Amino acid sequence: MRLRYLTLIAVAFFSAFPLYYSVVVASRHNSALAQVPPPLIPGGNFFANVARVFDTVPFGLALANSVLVAGSISIAVMFFSTLAGFAFAKLRFRGKNIMLVITVATMMVPAQLGIIPLYMLMVKLEWTGTTYALIVPALVNAFGVFFMTQYLSRALPTELLEAGRVDGCTTWGLFWRVVLPVARPAAAVLGMLTFMSAWNDYFWPLVVLNPDNPTVQVALSTLASGYVNDYVLGLAGTAIGTLPLVAVFALFGKQIIGGIMQGAVKG
Amino acid sequence: MSALPLAISRRRRRSVRHTLDLRVSPYAYVAPFFLLFCAFGLFPLIYTAWVSLHEWTLLSDTHEFIGLDNFSTLLADGYFWNATFNTLSIGVLSTAPQLVLAIWLAHLLNGRLRFQTLFRVALLVPNVTSVVAVVVIFSQLFGRDFGLINWVLSWFGAGQIDWAAGTATSHIALSVMIMWRWTGYNALIFLAAMQAVPRDLYEAATLDGASTFKQLRSITIPMIRPTIVFVVIVSTIGAMQIIAEPLLFGASMSGGAAGSTGGPDRQYQTLALFVYEQGFGKFDFGYASAASWLMFLAVVLVAGINFLITRRMKGGLV
Repeated sequence: MRLRYLTLIAVAFFSAFPLYYSVVVASRHNSALAQVPPPLIPGGNFFANVARVFDTVPFGLALANSVLVAGSISIAVMFFSTLAGFAFAKLRFRGKNIMLVITVATMMVPAQLGIIPLYMLMVKLEWTGTTYALIVPALVNAFGVFFMTQYLSRALPTELLEAGRVDGCTTWGLFWRVVLPVARPAAAVLGMLTFMSAWNDYFWPLVVLNPDNPTVQVALSTLASGYVNDYVLGLAGTAIGTLPLVAVFALFGKQIIGGIMQGAVKG
Repeated sequence: MSALPLAISRRRRRSVRHTLDLRVSPYAYVAPFFLLFCAFGLFPLIYTAWVSLHEWTLLSDTHEFIGLDNFSTLLADGYFWNATFNTLSIGVLSTAPQLVLAIWLAHLLNGRLRFQTLFRVALLVPNVTSVVAVVVIFSQLFGRDFGLINWVLSWFGAGQIDWAAGTATSHIALSVMIMWRWTGYNALIFLAAMQAVPRDLYEAATLDGASTFKQLRSITIPMIRPTIVFVVIVSTIGAMQIIAEPLLFGASMSGGAAGSTGGPDRQYQTLALFVYEQGFGKFDFGYASAASWLMFLAVVLVAGINFLITRRMKGGLV
């Protein structure tokens, strides 16, 4: 029993330590890194280093882009997933089951495979270098649809929908007045999960954006791949670019984890 | 007299609209997903096959049809096989220990436990850290001269290991990053499955005097086998596509240029990174598309093998 707690505490330590250490490095001066033993507590240089980050890359623009991209993707995913989840969970139409199976199957398709033609498509649409290239392909995804289908088939009482029909609601009216209020808690979790993954997305933004109009992750990778190894600079950028998200996660952790685990059971 | 047909037609129009609403509107509700998937998922997939049969570069406007030439060139390309080996090596090193660890952690978290939420949040924190942050942080930790890991290892008499330089050491370093990010996530997936196992099975086993390890082996693992199969498949598909970690590791360890080659000696260039190098480094879209397809075949093959292995495995997975 005691061993169980000790093991879990050790694991929690190894989970948190690299993040803590990144703050330690980010708040020091480069010369401190050469010390033996290495510094293990934060220093006083954090804000000076953050200022250097803003001088080196367009970080303000990157933050604005990331908020815009992750925000609009999250709202769209919540809306379209609830809509499709409602149809799959509660409406009757021909081909429903096979369409749901196809939706789940698309989650298994390795996305990397299509990256070259996807890029060529963006060139054709003249979306390269713009946030359209990030937002439009991500407006809805299979995971969200499946997640909301699972939730609504469990949480949305069919009697409530029937009562709405008797009162003369159209399907759209039902969605607006009955489904959306019921879906809200799950949609909020889905929104947070989507926001985090959109915020953290790296490879596609790297391919399709230019370094002068980056997202946070692309800006961070520019910082990290300088020809001079300026770890302090890279980690200061990392700290301001990712730690707010980690903090939000720690705050809503319980709900988000509940969402992940519920989505997993039947996955 | 004349008002009556009008009323009928109005009612009929309303009933047509009602039928349309019932029969057709569901398709409109699921349409956004399917339209988007066709445009940005399915179409690129199919188009990859078409491009792979051509001499197709960004520099030239004409695309000559060359049949399977790109594929035969690939099969003779040593860099392609090097990338295949690296992908499999990093894949095994990062996935196998990770899944065993995740099952064990889920087992520890299962049941009555104080600070349950706190432990779960701590386990998932690495997963909400972006891949860029992970590699930047671990590149510092794995630094040759002033890295914390070499400092700790030096207590045990190890010399200054140049993690990025060697094939084995760089694969280990990358696997540690991948494991750090994904073990907790998979542990929670396993935990969700474990919580669905009926309690009384454990109670009976405890009465029979079975240790918790024995219970893990002979009750938990057989009961959550579908989840294990699922996680193994998803992890395999993910591991075969690893790209961001080696790309960033190369860039932060040896300056921007070495990124897409996966180190100066290509010691950690994965298949996906090879595709990236051909497509976006050399702008040879035809060759890169052919490599994408071979990568896809490799994904299907390895995932299939793992599926068969996991499904057949009897009780003792650990």
